[in-house]
Amino acid sequence: MHRPFKTQYEQDLRLFRAPSAKIWYGLLIVILLALPQFAGEFYVGELGGLFIFAIAGVGLMLLTGYTGLVSLGHSAFLGIGAYTEAILLARGWPFAVTLPAAAIVTAAAGIAIGVPTLRMTGLYLAIATLAFGGIISNVLQKWDSVTGGFDGFPVKAPSVLGVVLDGPWAVYYMSLVALVFVILLALNVLRSPLGRAMVAIRDSEVSAQSMGINLAWYKTIVFALSAGITGLAGGLFAHYVRHLAPDAFDVLLSIQLVTIVFVGGLGSLHGAIFGAMFMRLLPQGIAMIRDDLPNWLGRMPGLEPSVFGIILVLCIMFEPMGINGRWQKMKLWFNRFPLHRASASRRQKSYAKSERLR
Amino acid sequence: MSLFSATDLGIRFGGIRAVEGVSFDVRPGEVFSIIGPNGAGKTTIFNLISRIYNPTSGRLNFNGQDITETPPHLIAGLGIARTFQNIELFANATLLQNLLIGRHCHSKVGLLSQLGFLPSVRRAEVEHRKVAEEVIAFLGLQRHRDSLIANLPYGVRKVVELGRALCTEPKLLLLDEPSSGLNVEETEEMAFWIDDIKKDLGITVIMVEHDMKLVSAVSDRVMALNYGRILAMGTAAEVQSDPEVIRAYIGGEP
Ligand SMILES: Nc1ncnc2c1ncn2[C@@H]1O[C@H](COP(=O)(O)OP(=O)(O)OP(=O)(O)O)[C@@H](O)[C@H]1O
Ligand SMILES: [Mg+2]
Repeated sequence: MHRPFKTQYEQDLRLFRAPSAKIWYGLLIVILLALPQFAGEFYVGELGGLFIFAIAGVGLMLLTGYTGLVSLGHSAFLGIGAYTEAILLARGWPFAVTLPAAAIVTAAAGIAIGVPTLRMTGLYLAIATLAFGGIISNVLQKWDSVTGGFDGFPVKAPSVLGVVLDGPWAVYYMSLVALVFVILLALNVLRSPLGRAMVAIRDSEVSAQSMGINLAWYKTIVFALSAGITGLAGGLFAHYVRHLAPDAFDVLLSIQLVTIVFVGGLGSLHGAIFGAMFMRLLPQGIAMIRDDLPNWLGRMPGLEPSVFGIILVLCIMFEPMGINGRWQKMKLWFNRFPLHRASASRRQKSYAKSERLR
Repeated sequence: MSLFSATDLGIRFGGIRAVEGVSFDVRPGEVFSIIGPNGAGKTTIFNLISRIYNPTSGRLNFNGQDITETPPHLIAGLGIARTFQNIELFANATLLQNLLIGRHCHSKVGLLSQLGFLPSVRRAEVEHRKVAEEVIAFLGLQRHRDSLIANLPYGVRKVVELGRALCTEPKLLLLDEPSSGLNVEETEEMAFWIDDIKKDLGITVIMVEHDMKLVSAVSDRVMALNYGRILAMGTAAEVQSDPEVIRAYIGGEP
């Protein structure tokens, strides 16, 4: 396998470890910047949506994939971000303030759910966050003096320096910039003590604590960070949908976000992006084959959530490292070809049964 | 002056008195071993010292400071590091990352500077890396540096856990059964390292261990426990020939 030769510790602290990575990512950015010149309005809109979900995916990945805290309430953070953005814009605040405010308000909401659930993990945390999502979606419905209740309200297009940022192109570029920003932020976190503390908490709370990691403090920080990033995605989401209504932020949306991180691959930022791609492409795929399916299946209500659910379950069972894990194995396979060994990417677990007994 | 002392230490779990009336002190620079049959309360004493458990009675004193009420995450910063009986490494991180987590108690960079990965963070990271590399060199872990812990054999993981504890630059090191699961050669290697840790690094060690050969080889003093109480204390030879200890090990026969 190709490993860059290292001569200095600083090399491991770079954003792009292999020199070639810089070129590839640079190329990708150039293509993405130029793409709206060639792609039609529909695709630009869809890609904008993809970026927004990738941002939220990165937010949830930090919490679930890196810190091991499952949240089934992230639709609430997306909702809080979206409503904060839309309400503040409607009150005449400038866009340069509303979008950061959407992130900050949502981060505060993240602390509000993070602190009472500090001692919870696994299923208990999943249920608590699910309940939180339910509460927020209720608040969005019932507090109609502010949120417009069930009918919601149209989102004002933002303007910067007199230029109105309206339409799919505007959403595309805003979201792309935000996505790059969020990825850089996440990369910084992950190569800092904070990122290592997150991984430590995920893998062993008891030894994390014995290494000096304050569990309560770090879990709160990560909840705030994850919520803040998801809130930023929410602020952009408001412009993507252009009309906010509370039923957009339901459990199904939370499950879609969870699907992004699980199917994409826990514990990898690539996974968040792959997962978002999968999540946005699947409904299109279903729509395309729907007409060819037998009527009882193609017209079945709830086909889409069922397919999501089945894929999520299959993925957890058979490919726990998700799309990113599969991708890494494929890369390994190509690198080694034709000398591939089936056991190359299998973990050595055989010792466990005999030796792990004390 | 002792580096560490426990006075009348006791803890109950429901009806079980896992540890009761245990007092001992550990002198700077010595290897102090705790032996005893399964369930004697050895690991529980470590969990009390690491403040994972709250004692029902007694006081803990380290380096002239009462640590009976200190929160567990501050223990490493004071200079007490430990390993775990059943290995508690960060399995989905690399060996290097595991060692760097051991540096956490020395990390002083602020949250916002980390979000921006400011030059101060970069400099601190390089310093942490230097310490981690020294530990890697000390324990001969170079070729596993970038391996995931989950892919490493058991014997290597045991060493990594020792390394992670050393990265905290402790004054007192708690080793819970460092040789369990290791083969004969690995155990011998472990004995050398414990000796080096004491002599070259000047770190005081409290070790829980079943392997009497290892205990005799490295310990200055040994304390034997049974049912949470002290049976005997002294040199390895004294404790091993103590009739109470022999009786505890062969199970009640005089
Ligand atoms: N968290 C706990 N809750 C209830 N009982 C506990 C707990 N921790 C330890 N015990 C009990 O305390 C006693 C001492 O356990 P401990 O783990 O300290 O033994 P040990 O000396 O380390 O044994 P071994 O050599 O098998 O590791 C045992 O009876 C155990 O069941
Ligand atoms: Mg034990």
